[in-house]
Amino acid sequence: MKRILIIGATSAIAAACARLWAKDGAEFFLVGRNTEKLEQVSNDLKVHGATAVSSYRLDATDIAAHSVMMKNCLTTLKQIDIALIAHGTLPDQKACENDVNLALQELSNNAISVIALLTLLGNQFEIQRHGSLAVISSVAGDRGRPSNYLYGTAKAAVSTFCEGLRARLFKVGVSVTTIKPGFVQTPMTKGLNLPPLLIAQPEKVALSIVKAVQNKTNTLYTPTFWALIMLIIKHLPNFIFKRINL
Amino acid sequence: MTSDLYSWGRYPKHAQTATPCSWRSELQGVLTSLRDTYEETLPYGNGRSYGDSCLATSDQVIQTRLMDRFIKADWQTGRIIVEAGVTLAQILDIAIPNGWFLPVTPGTQFVTVGGAIANDVHGKNHHRRGTFGNHVTRFGLLRSDKGALVCSSYENPKLYSATIGGLGLTGIITWGEINLISINSSAIDSTKVRFSNLKEFFLLAEELDHQHEYSVAWIDCLAKGSDVGRGVFIVGDHAPYGELTLTKKSKLNVPFAPFISPITPHTLKCFNNMYWHAQPAERTRKNVHYEPFFYPLDGILNWNRIYGSKGFQQFQCVIPDTHAEATVHELLSAIAKAGQGSFLAVLKRCGEMPSPGLLSFPMPGTSLALDFSQHAGLESGLFRRLDIIVAESGGRLYPAKDAHMSGEHFRSFYPAWEKVEALRDPALKSRFWKRVTS
Repeated sequence: MKRILIIGATSAIAAACARLWAKDGAEFFLVGRNTEKLEQVSNDLKVHGATAVSSYRLDATDIAAHSVMMKNCLTTLKQIDIALIAHGTLPDQKACENDVNLALQELSNNAISVIALLTLLGNQFEIQRHGSLAVISSVAGDRGRPSNYLYGTAKAAVSTFCEGLRARLFKVGVSVTTIKPGFVQTPMTKGLNLPPLLIAQPEKVALSIVKAVQNKTNTLYTPTFWALIMLIIKHLPNFIFKRINL
Repeated sequence: MTSDLYSWGRYPKHAQTATPCSWRSELQGVLTSLRDTYEETLPYGNGRSYGDSCLATSDQVIQTRLMDRFIKADWQTGRIIVEAGVTLAQILDIAIPNGWFLPVTPGTQFVTVGGAIANDVHGKNHHRRGTFGNHVTRFGLLRSDKGALVCSSYENPKLYSATIGGLGLTGIITWGEINLISINSSAIDSTKVRFSNLKEFFLLAEELDHQHEYSVAWIDCLAKGSDVGRGVFIVGDHAPYGELTLTKKSKLNVPFAPFISPITPHTLKCFNNMYWHAQPAERTRKNVHYEPFFYPLDGILNWNRIYGSKGFQQFQCVIPDTHAEATVHELLSAIAKAGQGSFLAVLKRCGEMPSPGLLSFPMPGTSLALDFSQHAGLESGLFRRLDIIVAESGGRLYPAKDAHMSGEHFRSFYPAWEKVEALRDPALKSRFWKRVTS
């Protein structure tokens, strides 16, 4: 039985991963902002086979509250076998260009809060000398594109932080998996004008995440064809890249 | 999120813009905002209604598919409570390993619970267990004018019976409580035999239906003369012994609609002929997986695209027992003469059990369902003849499958429609409803 901590547990991708883990009878500590939604996810996981589910209300940008959450989590789970960090928002790039405070708030939602949590979790996993950390970053972090470079900046910070943490924790047998999803059909991407052929369902993405955590994969592009797309985008020389509107 | 939605028949072609809703707590806000902007909207589940009953007059629908969480399951009693966007496939995935099965299932597991209630679907065991609505003890309903309600035979009973089969017009179904049936094995103990004409079908139905949980017949809709109504009779029961395992077969996909449909009268005739001759002439008993038994077409994802870009219409009627044999003969002869119809033609005897739903489709009698490629003249030609035959026999057509029936016919088939209209949520209206009530 796996003991699993999920931050941002009501996100569509996290909830889909949790369903898969629940089938194997996992025990969960779910963290999210909305108590009502947490309860709905928690009921769903119980029916799907979870051994026990606790939920905890936390706004991830409230950094000062992180350590109390961690204490509660450890009292409940005793140890963390898997931690999945899945919270985040999709900033409105145009709005962020005209409002510094909004831009900083979005950085806090998507980068600062994740780095703060990873700092605490990294230390816990180092003590445990056991476990898997999985962090949802994004393909957007691979290159700063004019359409959403604020989000890209935040995700680049997360990916780089994970890379360093992975090398540190590798020595004690702990894996850190950076997950880079492409376009996924979730409430976060609702209303965006995305190419239908590139849109993946959260269930499919979740299957690959659960497998990657199991295999201690370093970086996962999901669906996998994004690895190829990003390989091309990453290697576009700047004199071309700056002229196109990706 | 950005791709437009259609109905399963991809006809009529009115692209629907979807506003997805993932949480029950956010549904009220979505409903109010769509009403304020577009006046009318409609809940849309997983898009398995064939005609225009799932298309909103404003072409703005609220997609409930992502509202798909389980709320509670009691594996001692088999009673589950699920959100409206949960599909029957999701229920089977969880229920089967626990020894439970759907009390009633239609021919696809990809319908949502909300859709199954709103269309009061039925299946191969209608003669024993009635419709889906017979097994839904309570459900949640969200209305633009009354907020969130619980409906059952004793709480808001009028809305309960208006909503079962109510085509999503009386409010948005948010969750449902369903009583499952217990099984010992996920396999189906099935018997198959072919028959050479309609008379034989009715003799087989008379003899076998009451002995088996499930019964259905495939028929060759292009057979003429003395062969009219030839087909294959299939009965089955949940096997008393065996394992509780899920059928997990990889699925094929039709990735896009071909410009010219491969389904022509000629290919169809050859195919039907070969298929019929390949079926056993003697009764053959075999244990089969539940998935191919109940959902043969679910093995091919997006099979509706095979009819090409024009789409297709399904014609499904039920003919009361007193006239069944003669009327079905008349219908099949007219279809064979027109040389139309498709591979998928299904004949099924419906039972006596009344549904709580006001607009429920089945009645004691025989139901005939078959698909037709969409083409100009289908409605003014063959469908017009078939509709008259159905109406004269005292039978009726199925709104969930319909894109053509006249308002006059609908109102005589379903005299209770005015009660549903009186209880309709003023913010919800489908193209179907507008077509048949005005």
